[in-house]
Amino acid sequence: MASRGSQFAGSMANIVQFEDVGLRYPNSDGDTLSDVHFTLGSGGFYFLTGASGAGKTSLLKLLYLAQRPTSGTIRLFGEDAGALPHARLPGFRRRIGVVFQDFRLVPHLSAFDNIALPLRLSGVPETDIEAPVREMLDWVGLSERAHATPPTLSGGEQQRVAIARAVIGRPEILVADEPTGNVDPDMAARLLHLFESLNRLGTTVVVATHDFHLLGRIQNAHMMRLEAGRLMDPTGALRNPPARPAQ
Amino acid sequence: MSVNVITGAADRRLLDERGGTRAMMWIMAIMLFLTVLAAALGLGMVNAAATLDRQLAGRLTVQVVAADPSQRVRDTAAVMKALAGMPAVKRVVAVDAKRLDELLKPWLGDAPSDADVPIPSLIDVDMSVPGEQSAARVAAGVRAAAGTARVDSQSRWLSPVASFMRAMIAGAAALVLLMIAATTAVVLLAARAGLETHRDTIAILHMLGSTDVQVARLFQRRIALDTVIGGAIGAVAAMAAVWAILNQMSGLGSELVGGAVLVQRDWLVLAALPIVFALVATLAARIAVLRRLRLVR
Repeated sequence: MASRGSQFAGSMANIVQFEDVGLRYPNSDGDTLSDVHFTLGSGGFYFLTGASGAGKTSLLKLLYLAQRPTSGTIRLFGEDAGALPHARLPGFRRRIGVVFQDFRLVPHLSAFDNIALPLRLSGVPETDIEAPVREMLDWVGLSERAHATPPTLSGGEQQRVAIARAVIGRPEILVADEPTGNVDPDMAARLLHLFESLNRLGTTVVVATHDFHLLGRIQNAHMMRLEAGRLMDPTGALRNPPARPAQ
Repeated sequence: MSVNVITGAADRRLLDERGGTRAMMWIMAIMLFLTVLAAALGLGMVNAAATLDRQLAGRLTVQVVAADPSQRVRDTAAVMKALAGMPAVKRVVAVDAKRLDELLKPWLGDAPSDADVPIPSLIDVDMSVPGEQSAARVAAGVRAAAGTARVDSQSRWLSPVASFMRAMIAGAAALVLLMIAATTAVVLLAARAGLETHRDTIAILHMLGSTDVQVARLFQRRIALDTVIGGAIGAVAAMAAVWAILNQMSGLGSELVGGAVLVQRDWLVLAALPIVFALVATLAARIAVLRRLRLVR
């Protein structure tokens, strides 16, 4: 397996480094991830592909600190994520926006309040929350549904709320797990355009998807492919554009 | 690390606190009702014991038990004279013989007025300086004046009553402490149940970068509110009951029971109990939630 020493980042500063990372869930027969080794450059746009069960979601969980690796080292923002004390995790998590595959919206909160959550958790005053949340709702086309709760929203609408919540805090890294799985092609294109805009502002974007139609829509995006828990395509065999210059 | 807490209204929405029966609030109401009753009993007993102490401290009763009536009269006069000359004695009053007959009538019928029944003379003595040593000096002086005289300290007669009151005070204090312990246990269980109920929401909050302290504050606030509201309901109900009981007791006309009153300071102590419980509950909730969250990645 050619998974070692891969550099996706070119001349960009490294924001994420996985070194021989392995993951095995308790009571499972085998490793979910094995010898995963890659580097993500700051400001890059990355697609993570692979079949269902290949380990995409598990890799993303490691990336957004929901899991600790069972072997290897993950360096995030220059620090060993595995050695982070419990008290420092929130600070790191606030620098990472996550779009969960199952949305993970708070069911009894309105779309507005769900999107506002990261700002409120960061201590942004209520007076400074209304405008950015309204802007974000407008951007994902849900201005009219601001007071609707997730159970009354369609899957696509929930996904857009989840995306708005992930990006409202202007995270340094945006991790999205199948972010266009529940939206129509037009909305998928709009959301991808949103990710691209965010990426232009300096956010490192990692999108896990098995929708091959998306892959060609972002210029200069890097590809990673997982197969049975191993990184099979560290050089970007699907498409291997030259590294973007540092922004 | 930021420890900002989400502001009030958003905070309430976060744990889905709309409507629904707040069992915790009613549990706290019952807890505080019982605690205030126990505390009122304890405070009432403290006051009654203090009144008893004030009334009995330095009070002696002298009995002149000479069988011969004329001897009894002479000895009584000698004792009265001796007592009047003692600096430790403030007041000396011979109990009226007719009054004594009336007191004994329910037991002896008309016999007390019969000269053949030797009823002792009684003398009430108030000492200016209460204390064991003064009482011993007075007793020695009385015995020197008349060999048929015996001295009894009233506090000795009522020592079982005083012991009973002390036991009641200790029991009431133990009950209050027990209720505080029980409240803490209830809060710990409620906090753990709350964490379980809101596990998904808490997981989302963690992923979005909330600190354990922020999550703990959501529970603290909720439990403190339940305790204050429930506690106030329970405390007001108990204080009304105590007030009614005290009113009933004041009608009994008993000096002993009449001492078991509550003064303004006691009412303030009772009114402060819901606040004390809210503080204990808040602290317990914080500790329980933080300990549990520390185990979560």
